[in-house]
Amino acid sequence: MSFFGKIKDALKKTKDNVSTKLRQLFLKNKLGDAFYDELEEILISSDVGVTTAEDVVEQVKEEAIGNKIKDEQFVTDLLKDILEDTLNEAPVPELKYPCVMMFVGVNGVGKTTTIGKVANWFVRQKKTVTVAAADTFRAAAIDQLNVWADRAKVKIVKHEEGSDPSAVVFDAVSSAKARNTDVLLIDTAGRLHVKENLMKELEKMDRVVQREFPEAAFYKYLVLDATTGQNAVSQARVFDEAVELDGIVLTKLDGTAKGGFVFSLCGELKIPVVFAGVGEKIDDLELFDAEQFVEGFF
Amino acid sequence: MALFASLSERLNHIFSKLTKRGKLTELEIRTAMREVRIALLEADVNIRVAKDFIATVSEKAVGQQVLASLNPAQQVIKIVNDELIALMGSGNAKLEVSPKPPTVIMMCGLQGAGKTTMCAKLAVLLKKQGKKPLLVACDIYRPAAIDQLKVVGGKAGAEVFEKGTQAPPKTAKQAVEYANRMGFDTVVIDTAGRLHIDEKLMLELEEIKKEVTVHEILLTVDAMTGQDAVNVAETFNSRLGITGVILTKLDGDTRGGACLSIKAVTGKPIKFIGVGEKITDLEPFYPDRMASRILGMGDVLSLIEKAQEAVSEQQAKELERKMRENSFTLTDYLSQFDMLKKMGGANALLNMLPGAGKLKVKEGDVDERRIERIKAMILSMTQRERDNPQIINYSRKQRIAAGSGTTIQEVNQLLKQFEQTKELMKRMRGGKGKMRMPF
Repeated sequence: MSFFGKIKDALKKTKDNVSTKLRQLFLKNKLGDAFYDELEEILISSDVGVTTAEDVVEQVKEEAIGNKIKDEQFVTDLLKDILEDTLNEAPVPELKYPCVMMFVGVNGVGKTTTIGKVANWFVRQKKTVTVAAADTFRAAAIDQLNVWADRAKVKIVKHEEGSDPSAVVFDAVSSAKARNTDVLLIDTAGRLHVKENLMKELEKMDRVVQREFPEAAFYKYLVLDATTGQNAVSQARVFDEAVELDGIVLTKLDGTAKGGFVFSLCGELKIPVVFAGVGEKIDDLELFDAEQFVEGFF
Repeated sequence: MALFASLSERLNHIFSKLTKRGKLTELEIRTAMREVRIALLEADVNIRVAKDFIATVSEKAVGQQVLASLNPAQQVIKIVNDELIALMGSGNAKLEVSPKPPTVIMMCGLQGAGKTTMCAKLAVLLKKQGKKPLLVACDIYRPAAIDQLKVVGGKAGAEVFEKGTQAPPKTAKQAVEYANRMGFDTVVIDTAGRLHIDEKLMLELEEIKKEVTVHEILLTVDAMTGQDAVNVAETFNSRLGITGVILTKLDGDTRGGACLSIKAVTGKPIKFIGVGEKITDLEPFYPDRMASRILGMGDVLSLIEKAQEAVSEQQAKELERKMRENSFTLTDYLSQFDMLKKMGGANALLNMLPGAGKLKVKEGDVDERRIERIKAMILSMTQRERDNPQIINYSRKQRIAAGSGTTIQEVNQLLKQFEQTKELMKRMRGGKGKMRMPF
C-alpha cells in the first residue's frame, strides 16, 4: 500500500458519500445560491465549523463568479485548493534527534494506542525508542501501554499506578539520556482541558523535560479524535495555552467522521497535523499529508 | 467559546432595533432563526437535524403573541428552548428492571466513549438502589481493558466476571448463568469499543444479544461528538435496537449538540450523563438543562433548583418576613453563608450562571476562605452584638478580631458590608415586594 494510501482508504467512505453529493450538485450546474448553500452544508456536515465553512464557500463563490466559471471540475479544484492552502498555513517542521514527544489530550481520544503506533513507526525507521507510562491515573493504563511496548519491541519506563507522573517523566528522561535513545515518547493521562489542576500537572511535566533534557528537541502533540465536533477547537486552544503545541495527531479516521475541524486548527491556531491514525492495528498510522487528506475528502 | 457571542446576546442585538410589541412576524422569525441555526451548528447539532428543527419551530412561532413580560428575542428563545426540551424527551428515564432477575444491561459504543468507566458508575448507582450488580468483561480486544474493569469494579465494590479472551457471547452467557446461581439481580456487560462500520464487531454484539436476554442496550456516546453522531447512533440503533443513551464527558465545555442529534434520529431516551472521572460522577439526564446548554444560555434552571434545595420553604418565609420588617441581623447573615455553602459554594454557583463560562471564572476567584473568615468573625460575636451591630465599639472589635484570628480592619469591613447588604434589601423590598433570593 502506498505511503498515504491508508488515509485515502480510510477516507474513501467519506469520499464516496461526498463526491456523489457533489456530483449531484454540479449536475444541476446552475451555480446559484442554492448550490453554494449545499456546498456549505457538505462542509458543515464534515465538522468544518460553520464560520470556516461560510468563509471558504464565500471565497469559492467570489472567484467562480468573478471568472464566470460554471465548470464542475474547476469549482471542485478551487475548493480543494483553498482547503489545502488552509492546511499548509501550518507546515510540519522536520524532526530532529534526539527528541522527546509528549502526547496530550482529553479522555478516550486514543493517546496510548497512538504511542504504540508511533513507537512502531520510529522502530521501522531504525530509531531507538523508549516510552514513558506517565498516565498513572487511569486504571490499567500502564498495563495497556506495556502491551503496546511489547508489540513494538521498545523499552518502557513505568512506576506504580497513582504515582507522580512528573517523576515518571524524570526517570524516563534519565534513562533515554543514559542509553542515547533517539526518541522518547511520553504517554499522559487523559484530561479535560477545563480541569485547571490537571492542566497544571501537565505544565509541570513539560517543565521537567525542558529542564532535564534541554539538548533534545521537544515536541508536544495533541491527540484529537476525528469523531469530535467543534469542541476540538476549544481543546486545541487550551492545551496550546498550557504547553504550546507543536502538532496534532488525528485519530479514528477509519470511521465515517471526517475531522473537518482541522481546518480551523491549521488556519487560526497554526498548529499542523502530523500523524493520522487510520485503524486499530500497530501499522495503522501515517504521516499526515494535506493533499491526500483533502483529496480523500471529496 | 469566547469567540462567539452567545445566542441570547446576538438575538438581543437583532431585536434591539425592533421595539414594537404584538405578534412575531415572519421576517423577525426568519432573522432570529438564522442565528439559532448558527448556535445549533456551533453546538454540533447535526445539520439535517438543525434544519428540520428550525423548520418546525418557525412554523410554530409565526403569529405567536409576544408575552407581556418578554421582548421578541426572549420570546423566540423561549419557543426554541421549549421545543428543544420537548424533542429531547420529558423527564428523566429510569433503568429497565426485569420482573425475572437478573436484569441484563449491555453497554455499547465507539472506542474511547467511556464504557468501562460507565459500567462502574452504573454499579455504584445500582448498589445505592439496593441492587446486587455483576460486571462482565467482554472487551477482549483493547489491551488491559479487563484489568481496567477489574480495578474500577473493585472501586465500586462490584464483582467482575471475566473469562480472559474467550469469545464474548459465550462469556456473556456464562455470566448470566453465574448471576442466576449466585443471586446477582443485575448484570452489566462491558463490550469492546467499535466503529459502527466494523462489521465483525457489530456481529459480535448481535451474537451476545442472541445468546442472552438483554433488557437494556445502552449506547454510550462522548458528548463532544460532532456531526457523525447521527451515523453512529443510527447504525447502532438499527443493528441492535438500543433502549437508551448515556452521554459522557459533560464536565467539559462542550455544548453537547450531539445529544439532540441522537435523540432526533433514534427517538431513544437519554438516560444518564457522566460528569466526571470519579465513579460517583453520574447524574440523571434533564432535557431542560441540556436545552439551555446547547443554546449556550447557562444552567439557569439548575441554579434555581439548587437554590430551592438549599433554602427550605420555612427559611425563605422567615427571611422574607425579616426583610419586610427590616430586622435582618448578623445571625441571618451567617445563615446565608451556610446556605451558599449548601448550594455548592460561590464558585459552583458562579459557574452555573449564564455568561460566567465566558468570563472564565477560575477556581479561587471567589475566595471561599474569605467566607470562612467572615463566618469566624460573626461566630466570635455575642448574641447581643449580632442582633445590634451598632453597639460594636473599638474594644468589642478588638475582642472579635482576636477571637476569630482576624484583624480589626476585617471586622470593620464586615460591618460595612453588612450595612450595605441591609441597605440593598431595603431597596429591593421597596421595589418588588416579594423577594425570595436575597443574594
